[in-house]
Amino acid sequence: MVVVKFYNNSKFRRIFFQVFILVSFIALIVFIVNNMFANMEKRGINTGFRFLTSESGFGILQSLIQYDETSSYGRTFFVGLLNTILVSFLGIVLATFLGFFIGISRLSSNWLLRKLTTVYIETFRNIPILLQILLWNTLFRRLLPPSDLEILPNIYISREQLTIPEITINPFFYVMLVVFFLLIGFIFFYKKRAEKKLFITGEGSPVFLVASVLVVGYFVVFIALRNVSFNFVDPIPGRFDFETGISIIPELFSLSIALGVYTATYISEAVRSGIESVDKGQREAAVALGLRKSTIMKTITIPQAMRVIIPPTTNQYLNLTKNSSLATAIGYPDLVSVFAGTTLNQVGQAVEIMLMTMAVYLLISLFISLILNIYNKKSKIVER
Amino acid sequence: MINKILTLLVCSSLLFFLIACGGQGSSSEGDGGQATSTLDSVRERGDLLCGVSTGLPGFSAPDSDGNWTGLDVDVCRAIAAAVLGDAERVKYVPLTAKERFTALQSGEIDVLSRNTTWTETRDTSLGLNFAGVNYYDGQGFLVKKNLNVSEGKELDGASVCIQAGTTTELNLADFFRFNGLSYKSVTFDTSDQTQQGFEEGRCDVLTSDRSQLAALRSKLADPDSAEVLTEVISKEPLGPVVRQGDDDWFNIVKWSLFALIEAEEQGVTSSNVDSKKNDTSQSPGTKRLLGTEGDLGQNLKLDNDWAYNIISQVGNYGESYERNVGPNTPLGLARGLNALWNNGGLMYPMPFR
Repeated sequence: MVVVKFYNNSKFRRIFFQVFILVSFIALIVFIVNNMFANMEKRGINTGFRFLTSESGFGILQSLIQYDETSSYGRTFFVGLLNTILVSFLGIVLATFLGFFIGISRLSSNWLLRKLTTVYIETFRNIPILLQILLWNTLFRRLLPPSDLEILPNIYISREQLTIPEITINPFFYVMLVVFFLLIGFIFFYKKRAEKKLFITGEGSPVFLVASVLVVGYFVVFIALRNVSFNFVDPIPGRFDFETGISIIPELFSLSIALGVYTATYISEAVRSGIESVDKGQREAAVALGLRKSTIMKTITIPQAMRVIIPPTTNQYLNLTKNSSLATAIGYPDLVSVFAGTTLNQVGQAVEIMLMTMAVYLLISLFISLILNIYNKKSKIVER
Repeated sequence: MINKILTLLVCSSLLFFLIACGGQGSSSEGDGGQATSTLDSVRERGDLLCGVSTGLPGFSAPDSDGNWTGLDVDVCRAIAAAVLGDAERVKYVPLTAKERFTALQSGEIDVLSRNTTWTETRDTSLGLNFAGVNYYDGQGFLVKKNLNVSEGKELDGASVCIQAGTTTELNLADFFRFNGLSYKSVTFDTSDQTQQGFEEGRCDVLTSDRSQLAALRSKLADPDSAEVLTEVISKEPLGPVVRQGDDDWFNIVKWSLFALIEAEEQGVTSSNVDSKKNDTSQSPGTKRLLGTEGDLGQNLKLDNDWAYNIISQVGNYGESYERNVGPNTPLGLARGLNALWNNGGLMYPMPFR
């Protein structure tokens, strides 16, 4: 056997260069970070994360958790984060429903519907999202009544807020909840039995009728007993604001609607391409079997189209979440506005705060793509 | 097996290299930072980079021809006149309240002259120095007249439009908390947006420094529909800011501001500065200010006619005040606290000697 020098060993070379590149890269990062902190130290700029525990001293318009001026900067971070998640979630729900509806409508045989959805897509997709957010916000500001107007009993709306009664839960609510689950269980059981009966005797059962009567009946009872399940504290108008009641700010609506309407255009195109990707033979076979049009859509086209729809839709969910940071333009207190804005300005530690903010957007994005990847794996074509 | 040993060997040797390199990097950087002073870089560039607001009438706003004017802009112009001999050699960088400190810290601008309140935290923890006060202000409330509010304590539950990242945001929280009142803060990035929100009825009250309230009220479609409450809830000394650790530059900005005020005290104006300079019978104080006696300019590493350049091109503080925010402007602000110290105000330049 010929003895080769270790530096001529091909395995050594392969590993050496990879490790060399990796370590140099880490060294570069360490150097940059070191250098930055050394320079900031020299200029007398505070560094570190100690500020997270000190008192914030400013108010935030909307908070899903307990927050006031004596709370810490760490808490402003979570307030902003939850506001970002809330508006992204609402936007995603709206974009998904709207996107599916538009996408399917675009392939409709109805000429008017098809053209209208085309106009919708071409319009909203080609106007920058920031302008759309500003447009919706201005619309709300101009169209809503200047002072509180009672649109439904105990529900008020104005340019400043939508006010609804405060709701607290009574123990009876949990009884209603248990009844609800029992009802659902019964419907499933009934459906199973009906299927069995169908196979054995060939007799059908009115499953849909029974289920809808039960559900509607339940909700009638639920609404009738609402004052037993819940305590409503009606909003009492004060001089400027309601003394009780929950208020929802208009920026939440304008931002989630703008994000939803904009992103729906992209999702609808994904839906359309998904549906078109399903082989025509599949649909024709279904028609030949005499299946109804809605059944074909529901059980044959959509399940196969999902494989094509999911990946681009994931991208759009991510985009929507990232676009929600434009909230700062209309004063919605999201993470960028509250934490990377006000907190950054009061504390002045740009590097730490921007790093935290970027990490959050990265984590949210990774989380969304993780969930959709799992779903994608499940709905992927199974090869036999 | 051999593979693993090799990897370990390569890794550990590189780790040593890395530690040596990292340690060296941070220590050698110690001297590099000071190499170029702000004064040198301004001279080399031939322009002063001055951070101003995104548009606040009277303090810093572009006029109809696109030229920046205002009380804060005049500070920029004075510094440019002192350093470069030409008040026009300023490049204005409009900044929102949220952007301003980062822009100064990172060296994007040479001086920040943007109605910025001098506070302890900002002076100490941001790596910045306040070079003086060019306007003594206080926070107030702008309310719609039809609400019939006469003082801040009546505002329980009100929605308040406010500019994000300002001291007013903190003062507002303090005021309402201390008085046991509730409020909703509707925050915007620029003062224009707060005014728009106020006008469109998104909030009941707009709070800001009272000078700004006067400016914003003058921009309303119907200025008479709103009034500024007489109540003042905080001290807001506004002034130019520089980076900490460059004392030469700090001195120049500080004394350019003093020169504006001293000129008013000495009665030197842009129209009489030439005759006073040539007149040998002037008081020694005026001669020192105008550089015909003493070496005050050289102490600042500038020419001795630095203050002459400021006064002849920008005017004195009183002229600047009358031109930008005084009673004959849309803002119509009386001198009040901003009068000279010997006129019942707080403007007190340190002695020029």
